[in-house]
Amino acid sequence: MELLSGADMLVRSLQNENVKYVYGYPGGAVLHIYDALFRQDKIKHILVRHEQAATHMADAYARASGIPGVVLVTSGPGATNAVTGIATAFMDSIPMVAICGQVAHNMIGEDAFQETDMMGVSRPVVKHNMSIKHPSEIPMAVKKAFYLATTGRPGPVVIDVPKDMTTPTDKFKYEYPAEIRIRSYNPPSRGHSGQIKKAVELMLMASRPIILVGGGVIGGQASAELTQLAQKLNFPVTTTLMGLGGYPATDQQCLGMPGMHGSYEANMALHHSDLILNIGARFDDRVTNATEKFCPTAQIIHVDIDASSISKTIAADIPIVGPAMLVLKDMLTLLAKYKQQPNTQMLTTWWQQINQWRNRHGGRYEVSGSSAIKPQQVIETLYEVTRGEAYICSDVGQHQMFAAQYYKFDKPNRWINSGGLGTMGFGFPAAMGVKLNFPDAEVVCVTGEGSFQMNLQELSTCSQFDLPVKIVNLNNQSLGMVRQWQDMNYESRHSQSYMQSLPDFVKLVEAYGHVAIKVERMEDMKPAMEAALAMHDRLVFLDIYVDPKEHVYPMLVPKASMRDMWLSKTEKV
Amino acid sequence: MMRHIIAVLMENESGALSRVVGLFSQRNFNIETLNVAPTEDPTLSRLTVTTIGSDQVIEQITKQLNKLIEVVKLVDLTEGDHITRELMLVKIRAMGQRREEVKRLVDIFRGQIIDLTNSAYTVQMVGDQQKLDAFIEIVGEAYVMEVVRSGVCGIARSDKTLSI
Repeated sequence: MELLSGADMLVRSLQNENVKYVYGYPGGAVLHIYDALFRQDKIKHILVRHEQAATHMADAYARASGIPGVVLVTSGPGATNAVTGIATAFMDSIPMVAICGQVAHNMIGEDAFQETDMMGVSRPVVKHNMSIKHPSEIPMAVKKAFYLATTGRPGPVVIDVPKDMTTPTDKFKYEYPAEIRIRSYNPPSRGHSGQIKKAVELMLMASRPIILVGGGVIGGQASAELTQLAQKLNFPVTTTLMGLGGYPATDQQCLGMPGMHGSYEANMALHHSDLILNIGARFDDRVTNATEKFCPTAQIIHVDIDASSISKTIAADIPIVGPAMLVLKDMLTLLAKYKQQPNTQMLTTWWQQINQWRNRHGGRYEVSGSSAIKPQQVIETLYEVTRGEAYICSDVGQHQMFAAQYYKFDKPNRWINSGGLGTMGFGFPAAMGVKLNFPDAEVVCVTGEGSFQMNLQELSTCSQFDLPVKIVNLNNQSLGMVRQWQDMNYESRHSQSYMQSLPDFVKLVEAYGHVAIKVERMEDMKPAMEAALAMHDRLVFLDIYVDPKEHVYPMLVPKASMRDMWLSKTEKV
Repeated sequence: MMRHIIAVLMENESGALSRVVGLFSQRNFNIETLNVAPTEDPTLSRLTVTTIGSDQVIEQITKQLNKLIEVVKLVDLTEGDHITRELMLVKIRAMGQRREEVKRLVDIFRGQIIDLTNSAYTVQMVGDQQKLDAFIEIVGEAYVMEVVRSGVCGIARSDKTLSI
């Protein structure tokens, strides 16, 4: 058996996990590991300019591929800078392995240079974390990290590596474990057959059913099964912010997104439904509005891989703990056996009602008629010129909601956004992570001038590693979502939501060696976008000036039910 | 809102306890008492936590605890017949006439005096929470110098066990 140092074991273990890229930033506590990386060529290290970006790159890769990304940062500030990205992955159940340096074990607790208790700091925002106590533990720790990150409800795992665990001269026998079993960890393998039978019977009796699709369908790679089930039953489908693409958005059964900025028809259909089949959505507060007023006539079937997501905010009538794909497969098998069909007559009436709701609003927005650009138009044009095929990596704010509403995702894993934590600064590094791993795909970051400035230093990383992402900056010269809330709830007192001293983005982007185009008139937008996309090997930043007064609608009325919405600045239902 | 006693079997590893305690504060659950020690199998620790909450909150507590990677098994003892005990050590001022009276009270409560000086007794007492509360009340707070309680330990009645 081979003798390796802890640092070499760590790198070798990552190789054994078929890791292609590690996203990170070096520092004192991880120098042995960086030296081990230097002495091999199987794993490529992507040097970011801030550790947060490394986590978002790794995270976005996982969102697009289902495979966890790997982050490597040093102790202290390196690790704390990574926390936002780890928390982002945690809130959206994204697998990730983050390796954090630590001061030597005999110095832990002495407030040593660049020491932070990363085990303590990260504990509330990880699926699990572990600290290496002996170099020989490293292969098993890596194996365990990947296993935990990817199974059950996925999530980030942190490995805390004290510097003396990687000392080059301390060598130990290396063997990468072939398999792993953890007696205290047994993620559900399939749903309870009795519960699934009850659920199917309820589905066949429902007269006003709706399927609520969450991120669990994307993460659980169950969109094919879900689509099959929905179409077999002819049930309407609504996809949450995390579930976009879980069901084809251009299909007529799709009602769009539910919740705070959901479509009128999705929210109305949920409110009036008699059965909600929730697959992998966690009834987040941005979806449910006031929980006590949530969908008063609906019975709820809740399928989730995490038992604690069920009946947490909304009580389930039929809880089913299991992986979405297998539960849906079981449902399909059962449906094929049953002679009974869904109640066609009732469904026809239900669809008539839904189509009335559809016609009532249908994603309308006011177009100015002048050459001023509406943010919604930007997304619609982007959809058109990318034929709906692009990976859209969004930041957080109004532009995120516009992108979610107006870019119709027909495939899963194409919509990459920070849903749970709402991390501004996510979009650009996310686009980098996707582009790196899918170099032939069209990857677009939809952002705003607020979010973009939170990680713009990564323009430098894009030069170094040749990452020709396209950036669509919806520049409304203010923090749009904050401004919207201030307009609606604070009599338009725009406290700190106005971005004074914005940089000249064209000059800024050009300074990093990239291309930038400023767009101020409607007639210039589409040609600029086409020109940007035609430059396949260049990063292009489109600085698009949009109407700063635009609000996102529909918007749920606070503390009310799902049917209480603002449809425009003046129309409340 | 009911008081529940949850017994948790978990890996005897560093950091495991902090995850349990952290979970309660992160998720705004309440801890009344907490008691933890290794079991006869040194790789396992057993933790007993008493908490108060609605059925929905208790359901979340057990689900969230189960989700912790190092938690092997748990049981809500209050769902079935169970026995609870708590150990208390209490230092009581005992001089002059009080000395005899305190001794008598300790006997009635079936406690033991395990240390004494000219002015004080240290008493050991085992029982359920109410019994220990009652002893302190009857001794009188003015005479109680110091109290240390272990928190509740619980076990199910009959042949049922919490083990792997």
